[in-house]
Amino acid sequence: MSGFKVLQPGLLTLIQDAGRFGHHRIGLTTGGPLDALAFKWANRLVDNPMNSTALEISIGGLVLEAETDAQIVLAGAEMPLKINGIEQERWHAHRVKAGDKVEVGFSSQGARAYLAVSGGFQIEHSFSSSATVTREGIGGINGEKLQQSDYLHCHPPGEHRAFRLPEEHRPDYFDDISLRVITGYQQHAFSDYQKRLFFSSEYTVTDRADRMGYRLEGPEVKPSFDGILSEGICHGAIQIPADGQPIVLLNDRQTIGGYPKIGSMIAMDTARMAQLLPGSRISFEEITIDDAHNLHCLAHVRFNNTEPDQVD
Amino acid sequence: MNMMVENTMRIEVAGENALIIYFGEKTDPRVSAQVQQAVTILETELSGMLIDMVPSYASLLVIYDQLATDHLEVRSRIRKVLDQLSDATSNSEGKLVTLPAYYSTESGPDLAALAERAQMSIDEVIQLHSETEYRVYAIGFAPGFAYLGEVDERIAAPRLSTPRMKVPRGAIAIADQQTAVYPAVSPGGWNLIGLCPTRMFDPLAEPTMPVQVGDRIKFNPISQSEFISLGGELGEIR
Repeated sequence: MSGFKVLQPGLLTLIQDAGRFGHHRIGLTTGGPLDALAFKWANRLVDNPMNSTALEISIGGLVLEAETDAQIVLAGAEMPLKINGIEQERWHAHRVKAGDKVEVGFSSQGARAYLAVSGGFQIEHSFSSSATVTREGIGGINGEKLQQSDYLHCHPPGEHRAFRLPEEHRPDYFDDISLRVITGYQQHAFSDYQKRLFFSSEYTVTDRADRMGYRLEGPEVKPSFDGILSEGICHGAIQIPADGQPIVLLNDRQTIGGYPKIGSMIAMDTARMAQLLPGSRISFEEITIDDAHNLHCLAHVRFNNTEPDQVD
Repeated sequence: MNMMVENTMRIEVAGENALIIYFGEKTDPRVSAQVQQAVTILETELSGMLIDMVPSYASLLVIYDQLATDHLEVRSRIRKVLDQLSDATSNSEGKLVTLPAYYSTESGPDLAALAERAQMSIDEVIQLHSETEYRVYAIGFAPGFAYLGEVDERIAAPRLSTPRMKVPRGAIAIADQQTAVYPAVSPGGWNLIGLCPTRMFDPLAEPTMPVQVGDRIKFNPISQSEFISLGGELGEIR
């Protein structure tokens, strides 16, 4: 066998590819990495196609034993990486050999890190993706988070280039950030006063923040009605239930729902928010759909034009 | 082109790569048929730039690839399709599916409050819920979650102000004039009135769901012992 044995699964480690698309009609959500940028970098630094299957590690605590030779990399939140007990640089591909022990410690800044292996983990697809959505019991291994003694299969070792991302290109994961929102959906249900309140107030990430959605706490925002005919919910949609506390819906969101929505957060910023722990402070900034489109395309170009250093 | 229908349609921004088309304001089998028609046409019209679509009662969420197109182009293509939509009068009847339902205060923690709100007895609520034939208007929220309409307005009830963290699989629930069976354990804000032992979504079964959009559903009241003998389980509710 060629792959990695899970000695300790950590608090919440999930097998993820870029996500599950085209199955909303039977109610399947997208799944996929909460921080798509860190996920993409992890794959790129071990020379993988962008949709390769990697691990999303929340908070930390993962221990693997290699049963193959491979390149591995850890990108994202600041979780210490050790190989055979020796601390190694993150955002930097490392060669491991059969028998090596790979440890990912607990995060000092940020909440999600991505561990990728050259060639990607080989996970059977369900509904055209390996992405784990535990709420649906779909994807990954039996639709569950990683368990002790799971086995992560890999391709036999091959020729892969390996890279390191220079420090100036690495994102940081501080709180007290302003997150960009496009008003839309039921925005007309919110008076100008309510919208001003929403965009000028500070909100706190509560402990009810998970892959489905981040519940925030702050000044109550009141729509002029409590419910709507259930309709499709896009990534980043901000719904306001009757208690007036916003919920930003993320990768494992329900596909349809009936709470009024003031608008949607752009994906670049849901990624930053998903790196925050309960108690972190955020605020919102309104932008147009045109600005959001430009930011997305610019980020795409910037990612492609950023050349990591080859290390192997 | 039917002017009356066209006037009620509008396109709104949903997110950075999503537009939502509103075909009407309320539950209506004719509007629902138009949503289905738009799904079929848009699949071709937006081919190569479409990521996914979410049809619902009277709306259609269209999610597109920002690197392949932009909201202006998608909007204009959608407009063209809406102009071509016929006034779908064919209201093809789907198959009739009967679902067993164990209604009780044990299996439905919101049943008593709902009866009190409606100023009727629990048995009357059960009778009104089980004598209506529902249409599957949409599937979503979770895999296999079929939105059924319409619930008799006397037992319609708004969503809970704070959703529950854990609703058991099989929970029969009401939100406004919609009803549904939760296909898996999940958070949820609907009023729970009973439990159904039939699996609404099984990824390994073929088909994965016992119903599809356009089918009709009727609930058949059963006792606790019938519920257990049909494989039902009383799940944890929080």
